[in-house]
Amino acid sequence: MRFERRATRPPLLTIGAPILALLFALIVAGGLIALSGAPVFEAYRRIFIGAFGSQLAITETLTRATPLILTGLAAAVAFRAKVWNIGAEGQFYLGALAVAAFGSVVPGVIAIPALMIVGALAGVILLVIPVLLRLRFGVDEVVTTLLLNFIVVLFVSLAIEGFLRDPLAFGWPQSIPVPPEARLDKLVAKSRLHTGLIVAVVVAVLVWAIHRFTVFGLQSAAAGANPKAAEFAGVPITKTLFKVACLSGGLAGLAGAIEVMGVKGHVSTALSPGFGYTGIVVAMLANLSALGVIFAALFVAAMFVGADGMSRALDVPSFIADVTTSLALLAMLVALFFTQYRIAR
Amino acid sequence: MNSPAPSSPVLSLVGISKRFGPVVANEDVSISLAKGEVLALLGENGAGKTTLMNILFGHYMPDSGSVTVKDTCLTMGRPRDAINAGVGMVHQHFTLAPNLTVLENIMTGTEPLFALRARTGAARAKLATLCKRFGLAANPDARVSDLSVGEQQRVEILKALYNDAEILILDEPTAVLTRPEAEKLFQVLRTMAAQGLSIIFISHKLNEVMESADRVVVLRGGRVTAERATSATDKDELAALMVGRRVERPKRGDALRGPTVVEARGVDVTVKSIKVLQDIDFSLHRGEVLGIIGVSGNGQTVLAHLLSGLAHPGAGTLTVLGAPLGRATPSHLIAKGIGRIPEDRNTEGAVGDFTLWQNAVLERLGDSRFSRWGFVRSRPARAFCDKIIARFDVRGGTPDTATRNLSGGNMQKLIFGRNLLDGPAILIAAQPTRGLDEGAIAAVHSEILAARSKGCAVLLISEDLDETLALADRIQAIVKGRLSPPVASTGLDARRLGLMMAGEWDGLHAV
Repeated sequence: MRFERRATRPPLLTIGAPILALLFALIVAGGLIALSGAPVFEAYRRIFIGAFGSQLAITETLTRATPLILTGLAAAVAFRAKVWNIGAEGQFYLGALAVAAFGSVVPGVIAIPALMIVGALAGVILLVIPVLLRLRFGVDEVVTTLLLNFIVVLFVSLAIEGFLRDPLAFGWPQSIPVPPEARLDKLVAKSRLHTGLIVAVVVAVLVWAIHRFTVFGLQSAAAGANPKAAEFAGVPITKTLFKVACLSGGLAGLAGAIEVMGVKGHVSTALSPGFGYTGIVVAMLANLSALGVIFAALFVAAMFVGADGMSRALDVPSFIADVTTSLALLAMLVALFFTQYRIAR
Repeated sequence: MNSPAPSSPVLSLVGISKRFGPVVANEDVSISLAKGEVLALLGENGAGKTTLMNILFGHYMPDSGSVTVKDTCLTMGRPRDAINAGVGMVHQHFTLAPNLTVLENIMTGTEPLFALRARTGAARAKLATLCKRFGLAANPDARVSDLSVGEQQRVEILKALYNDAEILILDEPTAVLTRPEAEKLFQVLRTMAAQGLSIIFISHKLNEVMESADRVVVLRGGRVTAERATSATDKDELAALMVGRRVERPKRGDALRGPTVVEARGVDVTVKSIKVLQDIDFSLHRGEVLGIIGVSGNGQTVLAHLLSGLAHPGAGTLTVLGAPLGRATPSHLIAKGIGRIPEDRNTEGAVGDFTLWQNAVLERLGDSRFSRWGFVRSRPARAFCDKIIARFDVRGGTPDTATRNLSGGNMQKLIFGRNLLDGPAILIAAQPTRGLDEGAIAAVHSEILAARSKGCAVLLISEDLDETLALADRIQAIVKGRLSPPVASTGLDARRLGLMMAGEWDGLHAV
């Protein structure tokens, strides 16, 4: 079997590829569900009900999707410029921790926007360091951003057991809480869904517009697609990648800030079930498109929330959500390959 | 099949056809090769030469047709079959492992992997015999990464010969070679042919075909358009057969030399603590073409980068349009009206995944025509691209086509267009026709001369003697980072120019 590059990407295939990939993942995961002895269609029905079957289910799915949209954007923005930011998890936690630390310092009226900026800035600082190391000394940012995740999570442990420890938490390792005026409003009463979702969607549209319409968007794509040609054409590579790092790190930091202000109200090491890493999956599923990230985040969130429900009802391990999203990602990568190549006889 | 007669060909391709989607790469191509013959396969880029040889070697499956080597029909699509039948191929892009030695490279893929060490002695002896027999010098213990391009090609040839190849196919063997290296290569090929090997080489250079082949097969649009003995044809006829029409390269008119726009006095450039350019003197005037000729690797890349904003002068003075250059960036120079044609259009000239309009304005995103408040103004940008397409005859795409889909010649026209449409004061053209076919070369030459007659100052950096003699008013040779004094091109011949490129500068009349 040989592959030939397609002259153009057929538009139908470009739209159809992710859908086919999802179907493929669901079918294969169905085989695994059958292997565990559960009825496949019933299992998928349960997943669907668990994710969308009631108002509570829908709000839970959207709550879970909110940080994923932002970390997905963080990965998409960086990967477009071939800045390999694997450190969204760390930036998420540092953003969250910054909110907890500064929560009682900023005045109440501007608390929410100010703390969002503080959280984003924490993410910016954490990504700018490895990106500058790459630009100046050629240090591989895959390694540095990945390893910084572990450092940050340990630092969070240190903080919440030490200088940021909540004295009223009965000994639980968690940070001092965010003051009530800095908590995000609920979108739906008696649910966990908060206004952070709106922020995330608006930010996704903004990022899409930046990619689509601005000089920076074009220059960062050029720096990613062909850095030599970009440099020859006068694209300021260092400046552009620095800006990309600021945007990407800021988005991941913002995700952490919003999660603290919207859901938990305090930082613990259980704040993120891997939102940073899952953001990479979301971005790849969306083929690095900012608007696609919204839908990819919804799919991933629905799988995780729905699988919990199915697991309770049918006693199939909820790991099936991990397996399905991983399969979807693999299928997506193969499908994307075929939007660019065809099989030659 | 005829019974084998003394004159029966060692290789014959019969009725080969191959399509890639809607593109016909080869149609009903039949070629035969006699023992001891050197056959040239001549054609423009995209004429189907490389596809044909890849079919012969088993890399591609043809839609129809057959390949016969010494009366055995080859199974299509199996390189191993071709190798066993005695066909060896030297690709344009080498397939050597740079971290292994010459001997190791030749043995891998030939000898069984487990016996590699045990056979080293025998292999060394066989290699030495081959080197002696064909006059190919090679140090078996040299690391391939330390070899020059010419030497690497020799290793590729030796690798084929080591496999007992009797038919050798070379894909554009001189594309990467300097002139002396190319001459040496053809000498070796003649030796091989004299000893009974048969050779096919692919080329679009008329000179080398006339000088080195016995017979030439011309391909155009995937079909064989002519077959000639080189003794019974000439360059003009071959050019016409290859292109399908008479292609006249444009002639240079009288110069209207204007004021100086670039003045370099004693300029040094250091890259990674190596002095790449030393004590460079030149001056460039409006309305003239200054040719910088030299074998590649002598510092001309850095000279082009110096005036493109990618390298910066150390010692000496470099004045551009009345102001010292200093550490100008590419965007400064573009804004000043300096057009730049990069040496390598694929890696430096354009972003393949971008559309034509994006590449057309990528250099000018700071220009208020194409951006406002940080937003790209895509309508004027598309209009600009449309103008380039119309004015410079860019074929094969609209402003929204991915640039990767353009042929080399059309991509180069796009790059020329984005530089010339606004009428730059200075044009830096580095190897502007490298890898282009006859038709595209003529187009590029007329653009350069048209810019010159509009008063543009052109710095032409080239390693092509004919091109430099045809376009340049004055010529300076670049040798080991130094520039010769400038000489007038009128009255200069290729031989004298060759000596200049070799560093013989005594008795030059500076102008």
